[in-house]
Amino acid sequence: MAERFDVVIVGAGPAGLSAGLVLARGGANVLILERGEYPGSKNVMGGVLYRHQLDELLPGFWREAPIERTIVEQNYWLMTPDSAVTFGYRTPRWADDPPNNFTVLRAKFDPWFAKKVEEAGATLITRTTVVDLIHDDRGRVVGVVAGRPEGEVYADVVILAEGVNNLLTQKAGLHDDWKMNEAALAVKEVIELPREKIEDRFGLEPGQGATVEMLGDATAGMLGMGFLYTNKESVSFGVGVLVKHLVYSGMNPNQLLERLKQHPKVRKLIEGGKVIEYSAKLIPEGGYKAIPRLFKDGLMVVGDAAGLTNAIHREGSNLAMTSGRIAGEVALEALAEGDSSSRVLCRYQQRLEETYVLKDLKKYNHANEFFDENPQFLRDYPELLSRVMREFFTVDSTPKWDKQAKIIRMVRQQRPLWRIAYDLYSMWRAIG
Amino acid sequence: MTIQDKLYLDRFNADKQSHLFIIDPDVCLYQCPEQYCTKFCPAHVYEWDAEAQKILVGYEGCVECGTCRIGCPFRNIKWLNPRGGYGVQYRQG
Ligand SMILES: Cc1cc2nc3c(=O)[nH]c(=O)nc-3n(C[C@H](O)[C@H](O)[C@H](O)COP(=O)(O)OP(=O)(O)OC[C@H]3O[C@@H](n4cnc5c(N)ncnc54)[C@H](O)[C@@H]3O)c2cc1C
Ligand code: SF4
Ligand code: SF4
Repeated sequence: MAERFDVVIVGAGPAGLSAGLVLARGGANVLILERGEYPGSKNVMGGVLYRHQLDELLPGFWREAPIERTIVEQNYWLMTPDSAVTFGYRTPRWADDPPNNFTVLRAKFDPWFAKKVEEAGATLITRTTVVDLIHDDRGRVVGVVAGRPEGEVYADVVILAEGVNNLLTQKAGLHDDWKMNEAALAVKEVIELPREKIEDRFGLEPGQGATVEMLGDATAGMLGMGFLYTNKESVSFGVGVLVKHLVYSGMNPNQLLERLKQHPKVRKLIEGGKVIEYSAKLIPEGGYKAIPRLFKDGLMVVGDAAGLTNAIHREGSNLAMTSGRIAGEVALEALAEGDSSSRVLCRYQQRLEETYVLKDLKKYNHANEFFDENPQFLRDYPELLSRVMREFFTVDSTPKWDKQAKIIRMVRQQRPLWRIAYDLYSMWRAIG
Repeated sequence: MTIQDKLYLDRFNADKQSHLFIIDPDVCLYQCPEQYCTKFCPAHVYEWDAEAQKILVGYEGCVECGTCRIGCPFRNIKWLNPRGGYGVQYRQG
C-alpha cells in the first residue's frame, strides 16, 4: 500500500464513491478503503434509487447500470390488522427517458458504481477495515490506520463515508453515537418470484416496477414503516422501526417482519416466493438536530455517517451522493489552495446548507418527535379510517343521508372533531 | 421462518475473533432483568446462559446492523467492525 495520497476516503457506499469520482476526475490521487469483500457486500437498502443526483455525476447511467425496475407506481397503505386504506399514484410517464427512480439491489449496484470510479482513476482497496485516524500534534487529521500490517496511510484530506455505524466519526470527537430515538432498525428479506408473477400481481409491463410503503398496523404501533418494492425477479420486503420503540416493545424484529407477511394484503403478493436473503441495518433518522459536526481540520463526514437521511421520503442514497460530491469538490479546492484546515473545509457545510439536503432535514426536524409524542396517527387514525371506509363501501339498505350521519357519529365517538382538526393542524406544522 | 432459517441463507465469512464485547457482565446480571439484547437483535446473537449467569455472544451470525450498540439501555456493548473481509457478505443487499 502506497503510504501517501491526496485524499483517503473510508467506505465505498454511494457517499464515498461520489466523493471519489469527483476527486479522481479532478486529478487528485485518491484512495478508497472498503471493509467488505467487494463494494456493496455490507450494504442494505430498501432499494429506491432516485435518478437525478447520480445523473449529474454519471449522465444516463441507468442505460448501463444494473438497475432492477423503473418505478411507475408508488403506493401508501394505511393498515389495520385485516384491512388497508390505500393511496397511490401511477403514470407511464415515469417510464419515459429520463425516468424518475428505480429499484436497485446494493450488492449488484455498488460494484458497478465502484468500477466507474476506478475507471476515473481512483484506487479502491477492499477487505480493509479502517480502525483509527492519525492526528498530528496540533490535533488535525493527517491520515488513517487500516487494520492490516503497515496500515498507516497519510493524506491531506480524509473523508469519512463509513455509513451509519460511524465509529471513526466518533473517534474524531465529532459525534457520540445515535441515541435510541435517533435511529431506526430495518430488517429486510429478498423474496424470489418469477418475473411474470411480479408483473401480473402488481399490474406492470415488463421492466416496470412499483413501490408500497406500509403504515399503521404494519409496525404494530411502533414508529416506522413497512416496505415492498419490486425487483426484476424478486421483491424487497422489510420493516423499519425506531430503535427506542423496538427495544422497549420486547418484540424481535424478525417477528415483526413475519407478522406483516401474514397481513392479507401482503400475503397474496408474495405467495409462493422463496426468501433468498435476510438482512438488517440501522437508518439514522434523528433529523437536523442529530447531525454530528461535519468537519474539522483535515476531515469531512458525508452520507449516513453524518446522519443525512430523510425518513419521511425514504431518501438516503441521494443525500449521500450529494454530500459526497460537495465534499469532493471542497477537497479539490483544499488541495489547490494547499490548505485543508477548517478554514477551507467549512465550505462543505456552508454549501450543504444551500442544497435540498440540509433544507429538507431542517423542514422535518421535529417529525420523529412529533409522531413519537402523538401515537394516535399510527394507531387510532388508521383504525378509524378503516371503519369509515368500510361503512362507506358497504351497501345495505341504509339511505345515504343516514349513512353519512352514521359515519360522522362514528368518527365523533372515537375522537371529537376539534381534536381531529387540532391533530391535523399540528401535523401540518410538524411536517407540512 | 425462524431467524436461524434465514441466517442460513446469508453468506458469512466468520473471523476467529469476536467483534462484539459485553463490557460489564454484572450490569446484565443485576441491572438488566429484561435482557433487551436477547430480544431486539435481528440475528439472535445474544443469549442468556442461565447456568453461567451471563450473556453468550454468538458473534459469528451478526449481520452488523449496529442496533445493539445503541439499543442496550446501559451502553454495555462494545461494538467494532469485523476485520476487513470478515463477517456477513450480502449478495443481494
Ligand atoms: C433497510 C433500508 C432501506 C433503505 N431504503 C432506502 C431507499 O429506498 N432509498 C434511499 O435512497 N435510501 C434508502 N436507505 C438509506 C440508504 O441506504 C443510505 O442512506 C445510504 O446507503 C448511505 O450511503 P453511505 O455511502 O453514506 O453509507 P453506506 O451505504 O452505509 O456505505 C458505507 C460503507 O462504508 C464501509 N465502511 C464502514 N466502516 C468502515 C471502515 N471502518 N473501514 C472501511 N470501510 C468501512 C461499509 O462497509 C460500507 O460499504 C435505506 C436504508 C436501509 C437500512
Ligand atoms: S441489554 Fe445490555 S445490559 Fe441488558 S443484558 Fe443485554 S448487554 Fe446486558
Ligand atoms: S450488530 Fe445487529 S446483528 Fe449484530 S449483534 Fe448487534 S444487534 Fe445483533
